[in-house]
Amino acid sequence: MNLNYPKYGWGLPVAASTYARDIDFGIRLIHYAMFAIFILWGIFFTYLLIRYRRRDGVPAEREHEHHPIKSLMPDLIVMVFEIGLIAFYAIPVWSRIKQTFPDPKDANEINVIAEQFAWNVQYPGPDGKFGKRSPDLVHFSNPIGLDRSDPAAKDDVVLANEIHMPLGKPTLIHLMSKDVIHSFFIPSFRIKQDAVPGMDIPVWVQPTRPGLYELSCAQLCGFGHSLMRAEVVVQTPADYAAWLKSQEPAPAAAAQPQNLGF
Amino acid sequence: MANQHVSDPTEHAHASHELSFWRKYVFSVDHKVIGLQYCITAWIFLLIGFSLMMLMRWQLAFPYQPVPFLGRFLSPHLAPNGVISAELYNQLGAMHGTIMVFLGIVPLAVGAFGNYLVPLQIGAPDMAFPRLNMMSYWLYLPAGLLMLASFFLPGGAAQSGWTSYPPLADINPGQTVWLLAMVIIITSSLLGSINFLVTTLNMRAKGLTLSRLPVFVWSEMVASVLLLLAFPPLEAASILQLADRVLHTSFYIPAGLVVLGVPSTATGGGQPILWQHLFWFLAHPEVYVLVLPPMGIVAEIIANNTRKPLHGYKTIVASMIAIGFMSFIVWAHHMFISGMAPALSNFFLVTTMIISVPSVAILTCFIYSLKGGSIRFTTPMLFALAFLPMFGIGGLTGLPLGISVTDIYLHDTYYVIGHFHYVVVTGSIVAMMGGVYHWFPKWFGRKMNDTLGKVHFWGTLLCMNGVFFPMFIQGMAGQDRRYWDPMTQLHNVPTQPLHVVSSISAWTLFLFQLPFIYNFFHSMFHGEKADNPWEATTLEWACPSPPPHGNFVKIPRVYRGPYEYSVPGAKTDWIAQDAPEAA
Amino acid sequence: MSSSAVAVNYPGEHSGLTNAKLGIWLFLASEVMLFATLFTSYLVIRLGSSSWPRGWEVLNVPLGTINTFVLITSSVTIILAYAKCMARDKAGFKTYMALTLALAFVFLGIKSVEWGTKFRAHHFPSTNIFFGVYFVLTGLHALHVIGGIILNSVLLFMADKHWDDPLFAGRVEAAGLYWHFVDIVWIFLLPALYLL
Repeated sequence: MNLNYPKYGWGLPVAASTYARDIDFGIRLIHYAMFAIFILWGIFFTYLLIRYRRRDGVPAEREHEHHPIKSLMPDLIVMVFEIGLIAFYAIPVWSRIKQTFPDPKDANEINVIAEQFAWNVQYPGPDGKFGKRSPDLVHFSNPIGLDRSDPAAKDDVVLANEIHMPLGKPTLIHLMSKDVIHSFFIPSFRIKQDAVPGMDIPVWVQPTRPGLYELSCAQLCGFGHSLMRAEVVVQTPADYAAWLKSQEPAPAAAAQPQNLGF
Repeated sequence: MANQHVSDPTEHAHASHELSFWRKYVFSVDHKVIGLQYCITAWIFLLIGFSLMMLMRWQLAFPYQPVPFLGRFLSPHLAPNGVISAELYNQLGAMHGTIMVFLGIVPLAVGAFGNYLVPLQIGAPDMAFPRLNMMSYWLYLPAGLLMLASFFLPGGAAQSGWTSYPPLADINPGQTVWLLAMVIIITSSLLGSINFLVTTLNMRAKGLTLSRLPVFVWSEMVASVLLLLAFPPLEAASILQLADRVLHTSFYIPAGLVVLGVPSTATGGGQPILWQHLFWFLAHPEVYVLVLPPMGIVAEIIANNTRKPLHGYKTIVASMIAIGFMSFIVWAHHMFISGMAPALSNFFLVTTMIISVPSVAILTCFIYSLKGGSIRFTTPMLFALAFLPMFGIGGLTGLPLGISVTDIYLHDTYYVIGHFHYVVVTGSIVAMMGGVYHWFPKWFGRKMNDTLGKVHFWGTLLCMNGVFFPMFIQGMAGQDRRYWDPMTQLHNVPTQPLHVVSSISAWTLFLFQLPFIYNFFHSMFHGEKADNPWEATTLEWACPSPPPHGNFVKIPRVYRGPYEYSVPGAKTDWIAQDAPEAA
Repeated sequence: MSSSAVAVNYPGEHSGLTNAKLGIWLFLASEVMLFATLFTSYLVIRLGSSSWPRGWEVLNVPLGTINTFVLITSSVTIILAYAKCMARDKAGFKTYMALTLALAFVFLGIKSVEWGTKFRAHHFPSTNIFFGVYFVLTGLHALHVIGGIILNSVLLFMADKHWDDPLFAGRVEAAGLYWHFVDIVWIFLLPALYLL
């Protein structure tokens, strides 16, 4: 199957995950409201500037009484809008995206281990279990420090800067970092989450459209920050299974961890 | 009079004659001299910070092209063949943010305007602790110079962003000097804020009750409280980061790091996100330190140029206090996707929406203040009026960033850059430019040129929008912040022409500052003479322009509120705060 | 013009507190925020840490306890110095101020013995996160003690010349408030590091 990048333009990139639509709804709604508020407000502002410009012999009018309610009217409107947004949009959608996770059994589970300046991806292989990793085993032939002596590691597939996801199934990603904070951002999926060293942060996404997508790093991580690009490949489940099968398990690690002499 | 210290002007006049040049203009304890020192130093820092950005904008608009002319002066190590390297780009970025916020806007808003105007507006002869005041300035300037000098030190300047997130900041070169300079700047700000609060609470003229204080003084008070209580956490956080770098502790370093293939020697046990909490606990109140005093300036200018009292004085003051209070509990809205517990986000989402309420109230009061006015479109008024819609854009675009769900997408994109630059550049800096035009007669007894001022205004307003508006579009297209080369990502390619628009606007913006700089120094000596050209009511105009040492010939007594304009039956359309009832 | 003279005699609206007193309270408010942040960081790091040594097993609790008594005693002597100052007893003031200073030096002496023992046992801030917290917190506190020593000795040496200055007692009071604060911080540090 021929996979292509979507056409990118000036607006939001194509929405290619289940919750992308929800996030876009909010972005659009808020922007329509913002435009409406700004334009109404701008008309009133311009009117005031013209109507009350200085004219000879016309003194300023002092207000006889102050109506606090009047000056709080715009507040009231903004507040109702915001409360609505919070109660009916932000909190429910947030809990669906960030607080509830797919069952690992029904999901395609992967580890993403960020480093300066690459994204390493660990697939558990047919046994569905991730091999153990250890910082002492990290070597340039074994970027994630996979422990080959662990039976669960035998069939693990490790790739750099290439993430494959099947359609129609959520992908559960364990986000980790080897060195500094990175941020996992796939614009078309509207997914973004910092990868923090010392933490394993779960995120999930379910792609809705086959194709190639870009993964970028959204958190300043050093001089190569802008070079931290990876390719996300969304395939039909059959293609995905075929692809995974064709992958060689990660090569055996060097017997002794070597210091690279940096 | 009970007080000889204050009421005897001859003593001061006499004393000032004996002061040497050094004591009078360099190590002065006079709040007015210190205020002007702050003013000029802070504008220079703003210009430096702006220059760094103009350099960065070359790389963004024309990636990999050698910087014309300036390129050959850059270090060949950091800019081979005059092409800005990623390290240099990150250094410029980190220093741009740091200089603009900590060495530019805060010292200008608090150190310059606050120092000069607060004692005058409350009818005091000086600050409560003049020597402490001098010390604030003389900590600020060396700290600023140290920060700049870091470009030339081994390791270069800090390159982890102005937010300095560890572990990156723990391992990147240049950070140690940044932290040292920050600790000194924070100390300077703390001394200053104590001074402002004591001065305002203890040294008001008779009759100047808190409810008669000009809004500007209120804004400085709230800003001082924020500085006083929010800066120490950053000081503590900086000390911990300094310990990480110098003593090799691991407050922000977890175990098991492997940096560029080399296992870290740090023992671990620390937490990277701790820094973010401490940093934003300062940095969010800090945003309001950047915004409240300029709002105060706008309030003064609007009341003066509409020739009527401000609409809702009490609402404005109460809103400012509410903002100050709330600003301490919204910090984590900068951290929705940082890896903190997602449930916490809901709390900060709600507080963030609450803090927008007093902000909207202040803006509404400013707009209603125009109603019924007799609006003079003087140069300072143009700046104050421009503040309203521009700050409005900044505030409105904060909405999708404050809502956690939409922030998932927009966080750390150019949208964020556009948002906060609309708040602090087209908001704060524009308001403070207006403040310079407004109080220049007070400082030097002369007015700035009006035509040059209008050229400056329209050019600045247009160019600023040209710089920052495209960023919203780029952010919407998903362009990440702090990219040395955005073209590495396909989705950034379509909006690349907007970088060219931003960059050209930025360079043109610089050209439009030239009339301002010329106007400032030329008018200092050759401007039209003026004492109270705006017919303003507040106390700073009750003393001569420029005020002598000790300020008031006679300590004023206050009889009324700050904005008694267009009082029916009065001979003129303004009654000064210190004019006795009879007038 | 003496800065604080304005506050005492200022004819306008004011808070009722002298500038020095208001100033020192505000300063202490910021200091509270500083140490509150450090204590919060300590808590966060400790709660997130997989292992944390028991303070009494790695630190010298008797020395820490003695130091607590030393500091509390010095808080008492500085109050007495202030009382003597109010009673216009210069000799008494100088005695108690000198005693306060001496106790501060004793505190620092004991502290340096403690640190020395740790260094000889190859315990450095970089050894583990506990020692990082221990050295940084006690080190910052020691810096505050040194600040207090400078402040108090300035007052001691100023006493002869400025004894009749109406502001002198106010300065002694401010120094006393600061010294109490340094004492209180230690009272929090002792259980946090040594006992819990």
